[in-house]
Amino acid sequence: MASTILIAIGVLFNLFGCIGLIRLPDVYNRLQSATKTVTLGTWSILVGVLVRYGFIDIGVKALVAIPILFFVATVSAHALVRGSHIFGIPLGKKSVRDDYEQEKNNSMKSNEP
Amino acid sequence: MKRHLALFILTLVFWLLITLSLSLASLITGIVAAGVTTLLFGKYFVRKVGKFLEPKRYGWLLIYIFVFLWECIKANFDVAYRVLHPAMPIKPGIVRVQLGIQTDLARTMLANSITMTPGTIAVDIIGDVMYVHWIYVSSEDPQVYSRKVSGRFEKYIEKIFE
Repeated sequence: MASTILIAIGVLFNLFGCIGLIRLPDVYNRLQSATKTVTLGTWSILVGVLVRYGFIDIGVKALVAIPILFFVATVSAHALVRGSHIFGIPLGKKSVRDDYEQEKNNSMKSNEP
Repeated sequence: MKRHLALFILTLVFWLLITLSLSLASLITGIVAAGVTTLLFGKYFVRKVGKFLEPKRYGWLLIYIFVFLWECIKANFDVAYRVLHPAMPIKPGIVRVQLGIQTDLARTMLANSITMTPGTIAVDIIGDVMYVHWIYVSSEDPQVYSRKVSGRFEKYIEKIFE
């Protein structure tokens, strides 16, 4: 029962993440919803699997997948955000400030030989 | 050499957790895989291996995991609210946050934690400044938003990884 509830919550959060992926305006905001909501949703599903099967191989694998997912999701989100900014994709219309723009150009210049 | 050994043990424990069997075949495979990993990536591992043996750090890590999970759950409700609200109350922007911690590992963990919590993604670190994309820039004052973005975690991360 508890595992079913956890998995249901996980699926619900994944759904929110996907809605955010469609509704939010630019690539940066879309990544926000894609990393946070989807990661917690998947964690919830994995904990649900652990509760259902207990500490046998399936459950422990689900538990080990949680830290892996933490590092993979965060590092890939960082790489995608930084990559798209350097590639020159502008922030959406609603954005209020961009401190990175100028600093990025400075550091790129100083890295060139 | 010490850090190669530490990385080897860490990878082997990880492998044993994934397979969860102590048969000879799986043990040999694990030792070979851990050995190859250590040979390839040992030189990138943390420098001061002695830090692994200080029990205080694990205590703080345990506290930190609960603090982090709570922030993470809050973050998710926050993002879900912004996504589902018809008017979409977002005010995104990239802000600069002053870092108080020095080690690479601690900075990596701080950036990862920031990425997982309320409306923020770490974009880049240049020098002592971290650039963070924020889904709702609630303040224009660097002091205030630095504390809002990283202050909650910095004190724990400092105790765990530095």
